[in-house]
Amino acid sequence: MVVVSNVVCPVCGCCCDDIELIVDNNRIIEARNACAMGAAKFEKYFLHRNTNAYIRENGELKRAPLHDAIRKSAEILAESSYPILYGWSSTSCEAIKAGLELAEEVGGIIDNTSTVCHGPSILAAQDVGLVGATLGQIRHRADLIIYWGSNPWSAHPRHMERYTALSDGRFQRNIWRRVTARIRADSVKKKIARIVSIFFKRGRKRLPQEAKGKIVEMFPDEERKLIVVDVRKTRSADLADYFVQVEPGGDYDVLQALRALIRDEELDVTEVAGVPVETLEEIADLMINCKFGVIFFGLGLTMSKGKLRNVEAAIRLTQDLNMRTKFLIIPMRGHFNVTGANTVFTWQTGYPYAVDFSHGYPRYNPGETSAIDVLRRGDADAALVIASDPVSNFPRKAVRHLMDIPLIVIDPHLSPTALVADVVIPSAFVGIEAEGTAYRMDHVPLPLKKVVEPPAGILSDEEILRRILKEVRRLKGV
Amino acid sequence: MIHGKTEEKERLRIIVLTGRTIDQGCGKEIGKASKEYEESVAICEMNEEDMEKLKIRDGDRVRVTTKFGSVVLTVKKSRKIESPGTAFIPYGLWANFITGSITDGTGMPLLKGLPAEVEPTEEKVSSIRDLIQSCYIR
Repeated sequence: MVVVSNVVCPVCGCCCDDIELIVDNNRIIEARNACAMGAAKFEKYFLHRNTNAYIRENGELKRAPLHDAIRKSAEILAESSYPILYGWSSTSCEAIKAGLELAEEVGGIIDNTSTVCHGPSILAAQDVGLVGATLGQIRHRADLIIYWGSNPWSAHPRHMERYTALSDGRFQRNIWRRVTARIRADSVKKKIARIVSIFFKRGRKRLPQEAKGKIVEMFPDEERKLIVVDVRKTRSADLADYFVQVEPGGDYDVLQALRALIRDEELDVTEVAGVPVETLEEIADLMINCKFGVIFFGLGLTMSKGKLRNVEAAIRLTQDLNMRTKFLIIPMRGHFNVTGANTVFTWQTGYPYAVDFSHGYPRYNPGETSAIDVLRRGDADAALVIASDPVSNFPRKAVRHLMDIPLIVIDPHLSPTALVADVVIPSAFVGIEAEGTAYRMDHVPLPLKKVVEPPAGILSDEEILRRILKEVRRLKGV
Repeated sequence: MIHGKTEEKERLRIIVLTGRTIDQGCGKEIGKASKEYEESVAICEMNEEDMEKLKIRDGDRVRVTTKFGSVVLTVKKSRKIESPGTAFIPYGLWANFITGSITDGTGMPLLKGLPAEVEPTEEKVSSIRDLIQSCYIR
């Protein structure tokens, strides 16, 4: 039995680098320090994995030798005039680099999953900039943490514990004391509600409502404050000192209202998108009076009405706040290497996603060259999907076209996309069976380790792409 | 449109939100062919008041319909959805079955805040293969 320490977790954008894996006989038997998602991946990744290559013949996927699948993939790409190469966020930077070479060679579109994730955030940052920092700075110094339209409890389970509200930094203490006090108080309230409901024989237990628009306790300076802004009262919101519930699609209004309040302007309304103005005034006070604040925003801003304009308003709010104090804004990136995909795309082509090589040089115009738009219009005539599952994650019309064109899937699992593919190539799990580099959500590059050997004959994403590229070049006589 | 108001008997106009859940996160890492994944995403989390209006209970099934598509899901009562008129479906094939593909020139379709109608149904929740085979007939 071997203990492998300091393993980087290849699941979410937190890229936790303190994972300890207990490995026995080329199998991970325990993942220590990992969250539920990390443990699910490290301990169960092999349960539903695919180790066979497939090629579709007469409408059915049939097992085929790996080199045949690679040759068939190269033929599809070499014969196509406008292929789309999509995915990339759950593989290594090295594989992404090989993918970009392939896209340039075949002259198609290459897009990564940020197109349906933080693509609008990138567009907003290109318009107005972004005030960021590394997560270490935030852990040590941030005294006001705001999660806006993001639910780290579910999507980035160790984010609070490692970098924000639940972590102890050099100058700031965690908020555990207040969280446990609140849990105890809630439990007492629930007991009272249960007794009252039994006594009055009411059908449903009703908890006493807390007074709105009032911060009930004052906190010590060295303890951080946590605010959650969301349309649902998520589990993250349960931990917050202050939860602000916004009506769906109302984030832009609330952000602009806060900007007005921070500039000492008065609002002529009583509430904005369901949030009372007194609440907004208190939040604005907290923001101005903090020493080092940070907004972590999620897909609540990018996927709802307003999209990039919501993010732009949030960045502008941060910029306004920097006139009064220090404030940062950071997107909560989803996949472990989606930041790496944007970074490698940018250094290779000049653009972070939705890059079109069909003219022989890179072009970038999200809305036109982005994956969903290309598929919705029915422009692409072949597709390669790697480390992603667009059949599950794209709207129906885009998926429909993806199924109508020759489709190559490189994935360790038989995902729904693989089920409808024409060629399926199994790959090794990067970060478990193959090494590489990933970028954490704050753009810090971290090494992914090879902990166990992949099954016999299973190649890494990078190796598969290099072989397809070599075959494409041979077919084209380059 | 007045959300949360019954339009006719046992039919409710709602706003659909999609997003992550910890179960969906674990399910996708184990594998999308797994039972855990299907059970974690083929659900519709609803407010208790809305469920009373539709006369449905935890574990019943509902048909959620938008102008882009319609899908059957298992209902889950959620205290996280405090306001009536809102429902939550985790990211996945089922949620994307009812979303549109227009991106308004941004590359990003509207995946949160989609107007929809919910009605109780006796139909079974489709499996991944059913959804692919019946609706995307190759």
